[in-house]
Amino acid sequence: MEKFSSHTGIGVPLRRSNVDTDQIIPAVFLKRVTRTGFEDGLFSAWRQDSSFILNQEPFTRGSVLVAGPDFGTGSSREHAVWALMDYGFRVVVSARFADIFRGNSAKAGLVAAQVAQPDVELLWKLLENEPGTEVTVDLREKTVQAKDITVPFEIDDYIRWRLLEGLDDIGLTLRHEEAITAFESQRPAHKPVTV
Amino acid sequence: MARTLAEKVWDQHLVRKGEGQEPDLLYIDLHLVHEVTSPQAFDGLRLAGRPVRRPDLTLATEDHNVPTLDVLAPIADPVSRTQVETLRKNCAEFGVRLYPMNHAEQGIVHVVGPQLGLTQPGTTVVCGDSHTSTHGAFGAMAFGIGTSEVEHVLATQTLPLKRFKTMAINVTSKDGRLRPGVTSKDVVLAIIAQIGTGGGQGYVLEYRGNVIENLSMEARMTICNMSIEAGARAGMIAPDETTFAYLKGRDHAPQGAQWDEAVEAWRELRTDDEAVFDAEVDVDGDALTPFVTWGTNPGQGLPLGENVPDPEAIVDENERVAAENALAYMGLEAGQPLRSVKVDTVFVGSCTNGRIEDLRATAEVLNGRKVADGVRMLVVPGSMRVRFQAEEEGLDKVFTDAGAEWRSAGCSMCLGMNPDQLAPGERSASTSNRNFEGRQGKGGRTHLVSPLVAAATAVRGTLSSPEDLV
Repeated sequence: MEKFSSHTGIGVPLRRSNVDTDQIIPAVFLKRVTRTGFEDGLFSAWRQDSSFILNQEPFTRGSVLVAGPDFGTGSSREHAVWALMDYGFRVVVSARFADIFRGNSAKAGLVAAQVAQPDVELLWKLLENEPGTEVTVDLREKTVQAKDITVPFEIDDYIRWRLLEGLDDIGLTLRHEEAITAFESQRPAHKPVTV
Repeated sequence: MARTLAEKVWDQHLVRKGEGQEPDLLYIDLHLVHEVTSPQAFDGLRLAGRPVRRPDLTLATEDHNVPTLDVLAPIADPVSRTQVETLRKNCAEFGVRLYPMNHAEQGIVHVVGPQLGLTQPGTTVVCGDSHTSTHGAFGAMAFGIGTSEVEHVLATQTLPLKRFKTMAINVTSKDGRLRPGVTSKDVVLAIIAQIGTGGGQGYVLEYRGNVIENLSMEARMTICNMSIEAGARAGMIAPDETTFAYLKGRDHAPQGAQWDEAVEAWRELRTDDEAVFDAEVDVDGDALTPFVTWGTNPGQGLPLGENVPDPEAIVDENERVAAENALAYMGLEAGQPLRSVKVDTVFVGSCTNGRIEDLRATAEVLNGRKVADGVRMLVVPGSMRVRFQAEEEGLDKVFTDAGAEWRSAGCSMCLGMNPDQLAPGERSASTSNRNFEGRQGKGGRTHLVSPLVAAATAVRGTLSSPEDLV
């Protein structure tokens, strides 16, 4: 995973709450067996509406999505994160993220920055009034900054550390392989097996 | 120290306690796999030269992509076919047991695990599917994971996780029963409407109270299944005699002396009397009536007897905008009685309501009646076993006599990944779990309902409950 310390890019205001993962990428796009190429599926139903934000310049080049609360609810599909990243997003800002989406983001290297809703409203107004405004998300300082607005965001400390270091989870876990083996040797005999 | 059920199961699976900000490392007892969220995970293993650590704790089935008609022919959609074939190759290469299409044990992953007796009290169960919460009905800690985590579990049989908070959902009524015509689906839809789609975020929900205690295992699974629709990581119900009776004798349940040993351990899996939940919610079981959704998230639901809400009356701006968008998408008018909403399609099935009791309930309403003109009804068993059982009981005959279609096992119309889909603008009453925009097919409109409401709706052509059929 690539290291992430700070990112600057065009902010995209998405004034919707409960953006579920079926909206981020409909199931029909989940049939691919590769890890890339999901950008076509991103918000595919909404993108058919010419007034949708991602159909308007300069937002097509956006890389910081600023969305309403309860972003990423529903299905566990990590493809939602991949679709956002394949399109070019590096950060999603929202007042509340669904747990699985937040976890998936951390694994794939997308920053899910939790910002208080009044601050999201400030960012929305700025990005709508001055389309193309660049937003800087600083993971070290845990701040989102655009023009003269600087607001703090929350992110789990451990996730932040992993993103800053660009560390692979499996490699980290396998450092504890002895502990896993020791645990396995003491599991009760009545636990189920699939074979 | 007094602990909740969730905390007990967590502690029993602690491989290593995290230091400082580090997450805990939890052992996973059962990893269920399907074709959609696994290909990139197996690919990751291959690239890193890693094996599947415990194929004996891993089980795969084909469900999301499979057609439910002409099941003996190859899958027509080449992309779906590739995904299913990729799963077969991966399972063969990595030594994972797979139940493919047309196998007697094939079915929706969350129907298969419990019916085989693999889902057991006090286990940790994961799957690359958010409805893994279903398995919590057995007192298991079960939750959905993303593809990176699927790879992590395949490689290590563990997951790094931060402790969840705990929330008690107390569902009680005077005599511990629900009113006639009210099912566990109505209970969970009412809970989600009460706490909201984000209400459970960060929590494991424990469903408790005399109403829950009196529910069958299958009814409990319906409730736990939809925990994720309230944003929760997992939903759990303490195991009891009902749980043990369901498990006894199943293929993968403990046998002989191990059974007694297991039951003894399972009896300890209860929240201690003095334990404190981080949050508690009370639900009045006596007040519950059949419940349906009117909007485009599962929290947008109301009792069937009510009218479509007026967005103008909603104070919270985000909620109001969401309601306006939902009514526009759903093609509904504020103030319209929900009972007046006409449907085109009725779908009975899915990991939420595709089990034998759901089919029996549906058949009971349909028996001797006909599906209304202009309405198509699909009845799709959650697994091949459910299909065979229903056919043995003659339920298939009841469905086809009524004019419904009887299909083979799969996720079917719950999500738009296989041929069973809604056309743009088409409206369904569906026993599935999500009414998101386009969930059942692009432009499709979904009302989530119980099997009883689905069957009554099929007969009348408008959203109805069995009491409307006199």
